[in-house]
Amino acid sequence: MISSDPLANILYIDLSKKAYWIDRRQDLFEKRIGGTGVAVELLKEECPPGCEALGHENPIILAVGPLTGLFPLASKTVAMFKSPHTGNLGESHCGGRSSLAIRMAGYGAIVIKGASDLPIYLAIHDGRVYFRDASSLWGMESSFTVGRIIRENEPGAGLRTIMRIGKAGEQLVSYACVTTESYRHFGRLGLGAVFGSKKLKGIVISGKRSLPVSNKKEYRRLYEEIYQRAVNSPVMRKYHDLGTAENVMPLNEMGGLPTRNLQEARFEGASGISGEAFAENYLGRRLACSHCPVACIHIAALREPYEDEPYFYKTSMISYDYEPIYALGPMLGLSDAQGFLKLMDQVEKLGIDAMSTGVILAWATEAWQRGIISTNETAGVNLSWGNYDGYIDAAKLIIEQPNEFYRTLARGVEYASSVYGGEDYALALGRNEMPGYHTGPAAHIGVLTGARHSHLDNAGYSIDQKTLGSKRCSPEELAQSLLGEERWRQVLSSLVICFFARGIYEPEMVSKALRLADFDFTTEGLRQIGKDIHREKYRFKTREGFSLEKLRIPNRILETEALGGNVDVQFIQTTIEHFERLLHQ
Amino acid sequence: MRLSIADTERCVGCQSCMFACARRQGDAGLAETCIGVRSIGGMERGFVVIVCRACVEPPCAKVCPTGALKARKGGGVLLDASKCIGCEHCRDACILGAVFWDDEINKPMICVHCGYCVQFCPHGVLNLDKRGVANNDIK
Repeated sequence: MISSDPLANILYIDLSKKAYWIDRRQDLFEKRIGGTGVAVELLKEECPPGCEALGHENPIILAVGPLTGLFPLASKTVAMFKSPHTGNLGESHCGGRSSLAIRMAGYGAIVIKGASDLPIYLAIHDGRVYFRDASSLWGMESSFTVGRIIRENEPGAGLRTIMRIGKAGEQLVSYACVTTESYRHFGRLGLGAVFGSKKLKGIVISGKRSLPVSNKKEYRRLYEEIYQRAVNSPVMRKYHDLGTAENVMPLNEMGGLPTRNLQEARFEGASGISGEAFAENYLGRRLACSHCPVACIHIAALREPYEDEPYFYKTSMISYDYEPIYALGPMLGLSDAQGFLKLMDQVEKLGIDAMSTGVILAWATEAWQRGIISTNETAGVNLSWGNYDGYIDAAKLIIEQPNEFYRTLARGVEYASSVYGGEDYALALGRNEMPGYHTGPAAHIGVLTGARHSHLDNAGYSIDQKTLGSKRCSPEELAQSLLGEERWRQVLSSLVICFFARGIYEPEMVSKALRLADFDFTTEGLRQIGKDIHREKYRFKTREGFSLEKLRIPNRILETEALGGNVDVQFIQTTIEHFERLLHQ
Repeated sequence: MRLSIADTERCVGCQSCMFACARRQGDAGLAETCIGVRSIGGMERGFVVIVCRACVEPPCAKVCPTGALKARKGGGVLLDASKCIGCEHCRDACILGAVFWDDEINKPMICVHCGYCVQFCPHGVLNLDKRGVANNDIK
């Protein structure tokens, strides 16, 4: 790498001592690029084996990559930590302005250790870290307000990120998220609770600087090539036009849209909450992450009258995407777009992961219908499909935790079903609530084996759709395909390239772009790094007690027909066995 | 030629224009950019695009004590960096906030209306107006 590149600076912040320092780790970035690759190394250095996820020993690591600030779409920040939700590897990716702000502030990674004795937020400007008293932000009802207050109190408009937690993080809900720029999230695996356990309400980071490149002329040429592909390719166009919500209708038509806790895979009300319906009736603005010309962020404008006074309205701006729509829409039998937006808005204010929340409430609804729980447990809330008012109340109660039932729900569906029963229809894979794809075996096996139990680890749902109609792959082929994809994605997430741009950043292009930051990797070399990083992540998982053999397969994913027929448990198990064997090769 | 803002409501906040301006000077990053994009106050309300609008009688040039900033033909200003003492009067004089600052050399950075950023605005926010200056009508 270029020796003057500030990427090698790692900012360490100790919340217990209210101290900070910088270490330069050029070797680490040269070996592991940045993002996921660097974060997993730092996690190994900083996270003691078996530590409490919500204890002060658990570090928070944020990392960006060499292409951030150089090329479009290297716009993610990777967070790593021990997850309070799974008790294992926590890794979550977020866009917004986060990646660019960290890079422009002059850091490649930030490591946050210890815990504060009083609520604080961190302000990082001009090479200094300020520990600001956040007592007056603690307990605030809406994370939007928290963001607004930090925004008004801090410099760096346009050049900063504002990360914050809502009440869910304060209350240590194991799937609390961290929100940046109002609408982007470190959504999954409970980073918000780790913030809360450290009494860390938020982080604002700003900066503006030049970044060196090794060949200015070639840099401009390659930039233009990448930029043109980003704005002109039909794949990227899809994300811009309807956004990820475009997936609702096709998935429903093919019979892969989990509905009413996956009792079905088609939703009769899908057209009410489709990308088309939102665009036509509610789309109020489109936004982009910093340095991404695509602008996939879709914000709905919801205009509602106040009931106590005529001609008195409020307009709320609420972001929507495919995954939250799936989890809070079809999964809860909700086809009313306004109802979805109101529930989504509440989930955003509280700062909980929308996907986990939807799946947990779907389980609770079925459990209630089956008589495992009653209104005693739900504290009088009526949980029934499509009743969004009930779900809004339940979401608030998950944070308030007035009784044992809601305290249990605050720890996820795996845990809740271990207490109350109903494991067969508790839709967690690898202890993480399932994503919105019932497309076949690859989708589910992908989430089970993925190092962070995310559909984006290896895009199994895409393999299902590609292999439909042709001969299904064998378990061995599928294991190979999932593992190969996940390994390559380690390179992309080490460069913090948005996975939506994976078609642009193919190995050859990555190698060319990296050369301009003076990283000399062949495509083969890159693939090897991806493999190594993935292995390190699995090493961490194993160290913390993860085992592929212990994975629970909820019966429901086998019972409900997916596209191409029912998923066979034997097929899943055999594929996982092949996966395990390949992992160690 | 003059850079103009066609419609800020079309701005998605991607900041590609800022990177284009900086890249034109040679490096990556944002230190050298003469155009700024920030939210109005929460991204849901949209963005402001801050850039020199090529005043005919530029206030920034009027307050320059050394003659480093000179009014440019067709509007806007040109900087003679060798004369600039970094007093920042120009920055204070521009109520648009369009005099950006290069902290590394302590001198102003002001748009020269080259139009390079326009090529990298994917959503039609920026425009290169060939007709000339911004506030002809006040003359």
